[in-house]
Amino acid sequence: MITVDLDHSSVRDLNERLHRLPPETNEKAWRIVNPKGAHALCAGLSLPIEVVIDGHPGYYCAGMNKEASIVVNGHCGVGLAENMMSGEVRVKGNASDAAGATGRGGFLVIEGDAGLRCGISMKGIDIVVGGSVGHMSAFMAQGGSLVVCGDAGSSLGDSIYEARLYVQGKVESLGADCVEKKMTPHHLAKLQRLLARAGIEADPRRFKRYGSARRLYNFHIDHADAY
Amino acid sequence: MTVDPRIQRYSAAFTPQVIHEIQRAADQGLYEIRGFGAKRHLPTFDDLVFLGASVSRYPLEGYREKCATDVVLGTRFAKKPIHLKIPITIAGMSFGALGANAKEAIGRAATAAGTSTTTGDGGMTEEERQSSKTLVYQVLPSRYGMNPDDLRRADAIEVVVGQGAKPGGGGMLLGQKITERVAKMRTLPVGIDQRSACRHPDWTGPDDLTIKIQEIREITDWEKPIYVKVGATRTRYDVALAVKAGADVVVVDGMQGGTAATQDVFIEHVGIPTLPAVRLAVESLQELDMHRKVQLIVSGGIRSGADVAKALALGADAVAIGSATMVALGCNKPVYIEDYHALGVEPGSCHHCHTGRCPVGVTTQDPELQKRLKPEQGARWLRNYLTVMTLEMQTVARACGKSHVHNLEPEDLVALTVEAAAMAKVPLAGTDWIPGT
Amino acid sequence: MCGIVGLFLKNPVLRPSLGRHLSHMLVEMTERGPDSAGIAVYHKPVTGKACKLTLFHADPHFHWREVGGSLGEALRAEVDIETKANHVVMTVTAPDASVRGWLKAHHPEIRIMGYGQVMEVYKDMGLPKQVADRYGVGKMEGTHAIGHTRMATESAVTTEHSHPFTAASDMCLVHNGSLSNHNNLRKWLRKRGHEFETDNDSEVAARYFAQRLSEGASLAEALEAGLQDLDGFYTFTMGTRNGFAVLRDAFACKPAVLAETDDWVAMASEYRSIANLPGADKAVIWAPAPAVVYTWDVKAAA
Repeated sequence: MITVDLDHSSVRDLNERLHRLPPETNEKAWRIVNPKGAHALCAGLSLPIEVVIDGHPGYYCAGMNKEASIVVNGHCGVGLAENMMSGEVRVKGNASDAAGATGRGGFLVIEGDAGLRCGISMKGIDIVVGGSVGHMSAFMAQGGSLVVCGDAGSSLGDSIYEARLYVQGKVESLGADCVEKKMTPHHLAKLQRLLARAGIEADPRRFKRYGSARRLYNFHIDHADAY
Repeated sequence: MTVDPRIQRYSAAFTPQVIHEIQRAADQGLYEIRGFGAKRHLPTFDDLVFLGASVSRYPLEGYREKCATDVVLGTRFAKKPIHLKIPITIAGMSFGALGANAKEAIGRAATAAGTSTTTGDGGMTEEERQSSKTLVYQVLPSRYGMNPDDLRRADAIEVVVGQGAKPGGGGMLLGQKITERVAKMRTLPVGIDQRSACRHPDWTGPDDLTIKIQEIREITDWEKPIYVKVGATRTRYDVALAVKAGADVVVVDGMQGGTAATQDVFIEHVGIPTLPAVRLAVESLQELDMHRKVQLIVSGGIRSGADVAKALALGADAVAIGSATMVALGCNKPVYIEDYHALGVEPGSCHHCHTGRCPVGVTTQDPELQKRLKPEQGARWLRNYLTVMTLEMQTVARACGKSHVHNLEPEDLVALTVEAAAMAKVPLAGTDWIPGT
Repeated sequence: MCGIVGLFLKNPVLRPSLGRHLSHMLVEMTERGPDSAGIAVYHKPVTGKACKLTLFHADPHFHWREVGGSLGEALRAEVDIETKANHVVMTVTAPDASVRGWLKAHHPEIRIMGYGQVMEVYKDMGLPKQVADRYGVGKMEGTHAIGHTRMATESAVTTEHSHPFTAASDMCLVHNGSLSNHNNLRKWLRKRGHEFETDNDSEVAARYFAQRLSEGASLAEALEAGLQDLDGFYTFTMGTRNGFAVLRDAFACKPAVLAETDDWVAMASEYRSIANLPGADKAVIWAPAPAVVYTWDVKAAA
C-alpha cells in the first residue's frame, strides 16, 4: 500500500506517477490522503490498480477512468468519474452535479446522494445511487443503467435515448419523452445484479423502470411542444 | 396571355425565396435545416486590399528571397507545441457529417502540406489518425466517442464552446446519415435524428472551463496544446475568458463558418462576420498582453491566399478552412448534374449536406456516392489547393516587403467600404478615416 | 467567471477569527477569479441613530478629514473616520439616507461601497490575497461575512465592477454566473429611481432585490421574485444585517456547496474553500437545490 499525502505532494505529480505505472506493475494498492477539494484527482487512470481516497476530492475525480478501482471515503465535487470507460468507482459520501457524466462503461456507486444531472449523456456506464438524485438526472442518457434507491428530482430522463432508469422512491417529474416502462423478469434480474454489485440491500420489485418513449427519434411537428 | 415583364414589382422584403420559405414552413411545420455557412452578402475580406510595394516600401523577389510561412501553436503551457509548415489548418468536421473517404483525403493532404486536421462531433476515426500526421481532437458538448486513449494520441485538443454557423447550438445529424458505423461511434440508434446538447455536460462558464482544461491536461500529462473554440459573438470577452481559463490557442469562427446541418435561422441570423471577429480577438489578446503568446486561429469563409494573408495581417496566427476544404474536394463542382437536380439545386447553389446525398461523395455515408471521391484524388486536390493558397499568401507578403507572413500588419491594409473599415479598424482607402475612432 | 464564499458563525467563540477564515476561503477561490475581489463583513454595529458607511476613492491622499468635517457641519452630526488603504469606514450620527444624499450632492467622486449599521464592504482589483491583505481582513472579527473573487465576463475590470454590490442598508450581494436579461431590468429599475454605477449584471441583481425589499417583501419573498424575473444562470449569496441567504437558479449550472456544523454555516463555489474550516471534516455537506431559497439568521442561531 503506497500512501500519498496531498499536503506534501501535488495532484499533478501523483497523476503522472499513476499514469506512468507499467502494465505489469506491482504497485497496485494506493491510498491518497488530504485531497481537500483538489481537482482531477486520479483522472485518466488506465490500469487495474486500487486506489482509496480519504477525504473530499474536488471536480472530475476519477475522470475518464479505465480499469482502476477507486474508493472515495468522502464527498466528491462536480463531474465524478466523467466519461468513465471501465473499472469501478465507489463513493461513500455524496457526489455533486454531473456524476458519471457521459460515462461509457464501468460501474459507479454513490452510497449517498448525487446532485443534479447525475448520468447526464451517459453512454453505457452503470450507476447505482444509494440515496437520491437531483434535477435533470439522465438528461439525454444514451445507454447504460441508472439505479436510484432514493428519490429522483424533476425532469428525470429528459430527452432520453436508450439508457434504462430504475427508481425506488418518488420521481418529482419525468422529462421530455421519458415514460414509465414495464418491469419484466429480465429487467428485475439485471437490477438485482446491479444492486448486488453495489452492495446495497433493496428489493428490485419495489423499483419502477423508466425509459424512452422514442417519440422524439425523428422530428414530427406534433411533438414540437416537447422541445 | 403574356404578362408585361416591365411592370413586375418584386418586393425586397418578400422576395421569391422568402415567399417560398414561408409556404414551406406552412407545409412542413419544421424549421429549415441545411448545410454550409451564411450565404447572404456580408462584409468580408474582399473589402480589404493590401498596400503593396512603393517608393518607400520594397518588395522581395519571388522564389529566391525567402518568405517563410511556418507557425508554432500551443507555446503557452504544453510540453509539445504543434509546429506547422503553413498557417492554414483544416477545421473540425465530423465523421458522420463527412464520409470516411473525405476524412482520409483530408488527412493525407494535410500531412503532405505539413499542417493539421481536426476531428468533429463524431470522435476520432482510425482513418483520420493514420492519415493525418497532426490531428486536433475536439471535445464537444455531446462527447460522442470521447475516450482518454484518443485524447492521448491526439496532437492537440480543442474544447468546443461553439462554432460560427450556430453559436449556442449543438450538433445535428439527421437519420439518413446515422449509419451503423456512425451510430456505433456515437452510441445512438441507427437512423434516428440526432439531438445534441448545446452546453457541455460537466461545466458551464469560464470559471468551470478553467477546471475542465486542467482535467484534460492532467489526463494527458500536460503534453498537448489545448485550444478553445468559439463562434464569433461577444468575441472580445470570449477571447479574454478563454485566455483566463488557461487556453493555449483560441479559435474564433465567424458566421460564414459552415456546418453539415443546422437550422437556417442560426446560420443567417446568429453570430458576427469573421472580419470584425478577427480584430476583436486580436485586440482582446493585446489588452491582456497575450498576443502571440496565446495563438489565434481564425475561420469562417476563408477562401484564398488573399483571405489568409488578410487574416494574418489583422493579427491572427493561423486560419482554419472548412467549407473551402470541401469545395476543393468537389463540393458544388459541375459534375453528376442529374444528382444535383434530384436535390432540387444546381451545382453552385447546393447546401444539401444534411441530406446525405452529396453528389460528389464528400458529405455522405452512402457507399455508392462515396466512390465518387477517391481518397488519393481528393488528397491531391486539397494538397494543390493548400499549395496555391500558400503561394498566393507569399506573393502578397513579398509584395509588402515581408520575409515572414507573420510580419504582415494591419497597416498593410486599407478598406474599400465604410463597413469594412469600421469592422476591421483599417482606414478607408485614400483617407485616414477609421469610422468609430 | 467567479468564486463566491460566505461564512456565518453560529458559535460566538469563533467570531474573533471570522476574518482569518473568510480570507482563507477567499484565497482558495483565486483561480476562479484572479481579476478582483471583495468582502462584506458584518461587525462593530453602530447604535441608535448612527450609521456606518464604507467609502472608496482611488487617490491615497484623498482629503477624507475635510470631507468628514463638512459633512458633520452640514448635517450637525458627529463624524468618525477610520482609514483602510483606499477605503474608509465613516460613522455618522445621522440617518444613512441623509449622508448618502449629501455625499452625492457634494462629492459624487466618492464611491459608496456599503452602508447601514453593521456591514462594511471592501473591494478592489488584484488577487484575492492582495485585496484581503490591503484591508486587513485577516484580523477582522464579526458574525458573518461574504466574499467574491472575480473573473470579469462582460464588463470591465475596475474597482466599481467588483462584487459585493450594495443596494440597501446592510444588504449586499455576490454573484457567480451570467444574467441574460439584465439590460432590460436595468431600464425597469431606473424608471423606479435606481441609479447605476456600472454596466455589470450583478449590480442589476442587487438593485432588483433592494427594489423588492423596498416594496415590503421579506428577504425570502424578494429572492422568490428574483426566480421569476431574473433570467440566466446564477448562484447568489446575499449578506443581510442578520445573516445570509443563498439562491441558485432553476438550471443550476453554476456550482454551489453548503456545509454546516454546530459552530458555523459556510457556502462556497467549491468545496476546497470549506475544507480547512475547523471541524470541516465532520460537517454536513450538501448542494443547494435549484430554485430554493436558503436563509440563515444570526438571531435564530443565538
